[in-house]
Amino acid sequence: MSQSPLAVYQAHLDKGELAYQWSPAAGRAVFYPRLVCPYSGSTALEWRVASGLGTVHATTVTHPVQGEPYNIALIDCDEGFRLMGRVEDVDPMAVKIGLRVRFRVHKPGGDEPAYPVFVPVGGTR
Amino acid sequence: MNGPTNSGLRRAGAAIVGAAESDLGEVAEGLNPIDLMAQGITRALDDCGLALKDVDGLLCAATQSRTSGLSLSEYLGISPAYIDTTILGGSSFMFHVAHALAALQLGLCQVAVIAYGSTQRSIGRRQASVREVNPYETPYRPFLPSTAYALAASRHMHEFGTTREQLAAVAVAAREWALLNPAAWEKKPLTIPEVLGARMVSYPFTVRDICLVTDGGGAIVLTTPERARGLKKPPVYVLGCGEAITHANISSMPDLTLTGALQSGREAYAMAGLEASDIDVVELYDAFTINPILFLEDLGFCPKGEGGHFVEGGHIAPGGGLPVNTNGGGLSYCHPGMYGLLVLIEAVRQLRDEAGARQIKGAETAIAHGNGGVLSSQSTVILGTGATV
Repeated sequence: MSQSPLAVYQAHLDKGELAYQWSPAAGRAVFYPRLVCPYSGSTALEWRVASGLGTVHATTVTHPVQGEPYNIALIDCDEGFRLMGRVEDVDPMAVKIGLRVRFRVHKPGGDEPAYPVFVPVGGTR
Repeated sequence: MNGPTNSGLRRAGAAIVGAAESDLGEVAEGLNPIDLMAQGITRALDDCGLALKDVDGLLCAATQSRTSGLSLSEYLGISPAYIDTTILGGSSFMFHVAHALAALQLGLCQVAVIAYGSTQRSIGRRQASVREVNPYETPYRPFLPSTAYALAASRHMHEFGTTREQLAAVAVAAREWALLNPAAWEKKPLTIPEVLGARMVSYPFTVRDICLVTDGGGAIVLTTPERARGLKKPPVYVLGCGEAITHANISSMPDLTLTGALQSGREAYAMAGLEASDIDVVELYDAFTINPILFLEDLGFCPKGEGGHFVEGGHIAPGGGLPVNTNGGGLSYCHPGMYGLLVLIEAVRQLRDEAGARQIKGAETAIAHGNGGVLSSQSTVILGTGATV
């Protein structure tokens, strides 16, 4: 194996893409990326790039002892996979379940790898 | 999830004959988790009149000792015939009960002890339980485990209209029980407005919706029903056991409002030949105020979605309709990180009529439900007095 699932995922993010795996055997999306499909046991997993659109499934606001509160959410992407994320550009308490969101890449800088965050696109589901 | 399975475990195939806490709260400087396990074991053996030389089965788990089975065996100078250090979070010890029952039933050992110890308050939680880096969650800086349980709570509030006041009612009930327990960490009354007004940690949870951070540990002793009868205390029989694992990380939990307790409870009830309405004492792992609400639903004490309403008005508090977490729980009694063993100890004490001011009169059956990880592992143990066998 020349490239880990994480490395492939990260390379997509570096290009501004949110990648996920598709399991033909299970007929459904797989996330987080891995070597074995947890729904079928198949090792034949294909890479796909998500549209970046999704819906907030669950949300919380984290209050650090120092610093500003921040959002953490679970996002259901339209392609049928769920991931953890942060909804930005909006008050963290205003992030509601059902809110429609769009992915963007967050680059923390330094040695830290890029990761997906989300912004509201208007509307709910 | 799979339906009930015929696990092959025998109802009342083993009995808990000894039970004891180690020192709790904030223990003497320099004590380590193995010290607390050993202290719990000697106290639990004294409780039933057995000795270390009788112990040939050892089950233990700790976050501060990678090979706790080795450390504890060396410390005690024993070489157990049967050893099991399954670690699945706070529910580990309920899994151990099922494994000890299997080992006793198969004759792999005759006297099994289950032990736990933690000094997380003394050394700090970060040191006591080192977090694994998850590239798909860690960048968002979750407070684990509270962020994960808060996400589950947000879903319960959204789907069923559960309120922060209902969550707070769980904390208040726990505190009322704790005030009846001399061993409890918290000593002062608590009100719903105080819970709501406390420091916010992970919305909807304030610090009062979240379990304590204490030191502590303990042990229980199990043996065969035959051997149990001649010992110091009345045997508490293992009537039913069930287990379920659904995920490791919260982003992979199949349904945030439905826990594996549905399956573990179903298996335990089937083995015990009992249902929720037959249970006298309910001990549920309450790491967060949402936990008892979820487990009351999934274990059949109320319909799905009605847990918030169920806990209102002191219904699970002393004098309420259903006694839940009679020791004060992880919220107000003691929470050393993996609290499940202390849940079992309280269930045993209730069934022996040893619980003092918080005793449920005439209790014959108890459920001790363990939760581990971020609602990840669920294990249910149903216990009964001799009258149930």
